[in-house]
Amino acid sequence: MKCEELLKQLNEYVDGTVDPGICAEFERHMAGCNPCQVVVDNIRKTITLYRAGVPYELPLEFRDRLHQALRAKWRETHSAD
Amino acid sequence: MTELNPSATTDLELVHRAKAGDLAAFEALATRHAERVYSLALRMLRHEQDAEDVTQQTFLSALESLPGFRGESSFSTWLLRIASHAALKVIRKRRGLDLTSLEAVTEPAEEFGQIPHPEFIADWRWSPAQLVEQHETRRLLEEALARLDEKHRLVFLLRDVEGFSIRETATALGLSEGNTKVRLLRARLQLREQLTQALGDPATRLTPGHHEH
Ligand SMILES: [Zn+2]
Repeated sequence: MKCEELLKQLNEYVDGTVDPGICAEFERHMAGCNPCQVVVDNIRKTITLYRAGVPYELPLEFRDRLHQALRAKWRETHSAD
Repeated sequence: MTELNPSATTDLELVHRAKAGDLAAFEALATRHAERVYSLALRMLRHEQDAEDVTQQTFLSALESLPGFRGESSFSTWLLRIASHAALKVIRKRRGLDLTSLEAVTEPAEEFGQIPHPEFIADWRWSPAQLVEQHETRRLLEEALARLDEKHRLVFLLRDVEGFSIRETATALGLSEGNTKVRLLRARLQLREQLTQALGDPATRLTPGHHEH
């Protein structure tokens, strides 16, 4: 396996869906290739960072409007009949 | 009305109470999840007003669909699916294509052969755990995401951030699975490149290898 071929299997490897035969080859390549090791590590960390936390705050004025809209909808759908 | 201690109550308990007619329970769910929904919408749409509209629509339709929520997935997963689809609807409208494939306006299938190679390869100076504590990180992440083409950004957000499967992502975007995978790889590599430029330790920088093992 060359670096370039490794790149093509990168998604599956990072997601743990690569088939076992290719996975073994992938790991053999990485054991002898520092750059590929670091790229895989960088990508894992990239995904971890984007999954962590909530990037934006809810505008206060919008939060109030949202709750008003929910209460109005609730009354509409929960009216007694 | 029952006393709510929001932090100690699980989503599922709140869902049960809301189903039984407790508005305060539904509002507690909205308070808990609104920021997450808004953030996803803003990341997808890059427009504050549109993100607010999508957030509101999401909770209104969750309110209506709540009786049908059976808890097969977590409440937040269910909610974020609704939000993703609402945001995609806005994107389709912007492109003037009603409910048809997003694929129609993009170029033909992308090939793995054209994937750019990693350039700046280095260990990061901080761990993800340290980085999430740093104020600067948020700006860096959002700027890098904004620099992606929309077609790559959407695939990354649905697949990697919201946890859609490849097939779900492909279906939601009207793409083939093959094309979805290529876009995902491009998105991951581009984000990696940008983040590593900013976070990589130059002392550990490696030249791209041409190894054969
Ligand atoms: Zn390599």
